[in-house]
Amino acid sequence: MTMKITVSMTRLIASAAVAVGLLAAAPALAAGGAAHPRSGGFSFEGPFGGYDQGQLQRGYKVYQEVCAACHSMNLMHYRNLGDRHGPFWNPKYPNPNDNPVVKALAAEVQVPDIDSETGEPIQRDATPADKFRSPYPNATAAAAGNGGAAPPDLSVMAKARHDGANYIYSLLSGYRAAPAGLQIRDGQHYNPYMAGDLTPFWTGDKHHVPEGGFIAMPPPLRNGQVTYDDGSPQTVDQYAKDVAAFIAWTSEPKMVERKQAGFGVILFLLIFAGVTYASYRRVWKGVAH
Amino acid sequence: MSEHESTYVPKTGVEKWLDTRLPIIRFGADYMSLPTPRNLNYWWTFGGILALCLMTQIVTGIVLAMHYTPHVDMAFASVERIMRDVNGGWLIRYVHANGASMFFIAVYLHMLRGLYYGSYKAPREMIWIIGCVIFFLMIATAFLGYVLPWGQMSFWGAEVITNLIGAIPVIGEPILIWLRGGPAIDNATLNRFFSLHYLLPFAILGCVVLHLWALHSAGQNNPVGILIPKDRTKKDMLPFHPYFTLKDGFAIILFLLLFAIFVFYQPNALGHADNYIPANPLQTPAHIVPEWYMLPFYAILRAIPDKFGGVVAMFSAIGVLFVLPWLDTSKVRSMRYRPTMRSFFFIFLVVGVGLGWCGGQLPDAPVIPGFGGVVLLDGNLNSYLWLTRLFTAYYFLFFLVIMPFVGLKETPLPIPATISEPVLTGADAMPALAPASPEKKG
Repeated sequence: MTMKITVSMTRLIASAAVAVGLLAAAPALAAGGAAHPRSGGFSFEGPFGGYDQGQLQRGYKVYQEVCAACHSMNLMHYRNLGDRHGPFWNPKYPNPNDNPVVKALAAEVQVPDIDSETGEPIQRDATPADKFRSPYPNATAAAAGNGGAAPPDLSVMAKARHDGANYIYSLLSGYRAAPAGLQIRDGQHYNPYMAGDLTPFWTGDKHHVPEGGFIAMPPPLRNGQVTYDDGSPQTVDQYAKDVAAFIAWTSEPKMVERKQAGFGVILFLLIFAGVTYASYRRVWKGVAH
Repeated sequence: MSEHESTYVPKTGVEKWLDTRLPIIRFGADYMSLPTPRNLNYWWTFGGILALCLMTQIVTGIVLAMHYTPHVDMAFASVERIMRDVNGGWLIRYVHANGASMFFIAVYLHMLRGLYYGSYKAPREMIWIIGCVIFFLMIATAFLGYVLPWGQMSFWGAEVITNLIGAIPVIGEPILIWLRGGPAIDNATLNRFFSLHYLLPFAILGCVVLHLWALHSAGQNNPVGILIPKDRTKKDMLPFHPYFTLKDGFAIILFLLLFAIFVFYQPNALGHADNYIPANPLQTPAHIVPEWYMLPFYAILRAIPDKFGGVVAMFSAIGVLFVLPWLDTSKVRSMRYRPTMRSFFFIFLVVGVGLGWCGGQLPDAPVIPGFGGVVLLDGNLNSYLWLTRLFTAYYFLFFLVIMPFVGLKETPLPIPATISEPVLTGADAMPALAPASPEKKG
């Protein structure tokens, strides 16, 4: 019984393995998916990539002048701008609260507070210790001001979407005219990179439903909208890239430390593995097993 | 092993004093000199790796608990604060989050090793059963822990899993409310989940002690699967230290390398992006999926059209493991000498991975895109629903039918009398099966 069965079983296993391989190769989303994000060619990709400080500074400017009108960043404080590997890090000021650039940037913003003498609500200049100012006093106000849905907080947006930085870049620079045959709902905009399923709104060929979905946010960026002083192109594409890089940094502010530590840890483990293997071989030498 | 003679001789006065009162040094010394089958291969290193995983989770978890806030309004931000403002917090949190995945990689390999080499058979049934308890506790602990960051997947995962309890007839609903601490998942749920997530690892630790106790009482299995006669202890065994401390140590370092690659370079690859969106009870994610290590069981749950039936199937998939020692009728432990059963084992392996794959797909999605297929009962045959059912059927058939039946019917290959002597009859022609050189198999 045994040998013959074994042969046929082996063949069965092989075909099962091939079948599983084929399944794995099949695309996860068949219809109604979003377009695959374009690459922003970011400096922080790969095991050794870090943030480009100039890009983070431009990105902060775009966030501050455009995005911050509607989107909060509740996990960020102005002091973080002066953190190591952050946009305004200056080795002269290891404590970012002392960094004059950070202080000045914070002071440009008015934040709500309670007067410690009278208890009355007041507005005052922000300090590095303050959180980024929220555009709305509360979530209800944010929803009311935006057709019923509050604009999402952007602090960890690059981690909250698959392929985060490339997705943000593609979405912001990817708005285009809706294809003919797509019924746009009121207060919605077509974006090929937005997740969704447009089948119910598509009047054209059923087998060619356009990629993407509807997004409530109108195209936020225009060419020339934000002034750069470092000579970078003032285009939607560049703005989108820069703000995507900035959000990647706010999402993972310790990424550079993490990769640097990882390099040391892995190097150590490799050496340790070599030493351990050598002693293992030596101890087991001549021991049949 | 329990009758393993102690060779420890206390040298200093302090050691002698302690040895008559609390022979803890003797305990450690005896452990180090424990006779261990010399033919253990690298599949036997996962026990040590798992001990390391548990300790890593407990130590990082205790530190995380110092900084975490179990409140629905603050939990998400407190986890992010750990990553930003706590010294080394990003490392501790990523080690803990990825550590759960590493723990499950190791435990699945450890269990498959036990399955392949028949480590659950007499006299080792209790080792296996306690191991199953540990596995079940691990699943519960991992599920509870995944809820704590209070992201979208945390909340909706908790919603889906606790709802399963509600599927139990009559008593389901009251139990559900009792478990959640209210009619819906809310702050009370988060608080008790945090409390239990802190408690269960210590229950696991207690079970690990029992697991090791049972192991040292019955003795370790080995790739040949035979019991080592007492008079061959000298020939067939090696002291645990330095032989297996070094072998385990080397394997642990390789495992740590894999661990480090995830922690430092792909810390979020094993998680779901949606869990970085704060929990919103009013917005259901498009696709609720558990962590990868639960996907096979999630697939089995969804394979059954009836909700309660699905719950029963899912728990049975784990429950059946407890009675494994009595489902296997074969006298031979190691599948090295059971070619028929070995083939079924490898199909089981493919099916297990396949179930995991299916658990991550939408049930209605076609397996082969662009191919029509035929509708059978409630679903298209070319859909993950039916593929999952096929795999689920094999999963249960493997334990409940194949294992008892093949054990009675198959003719095993000749088994060597000792682990250090080659088989004299016929098996010499198959060097891959020669018990004296398991290393050559890789």
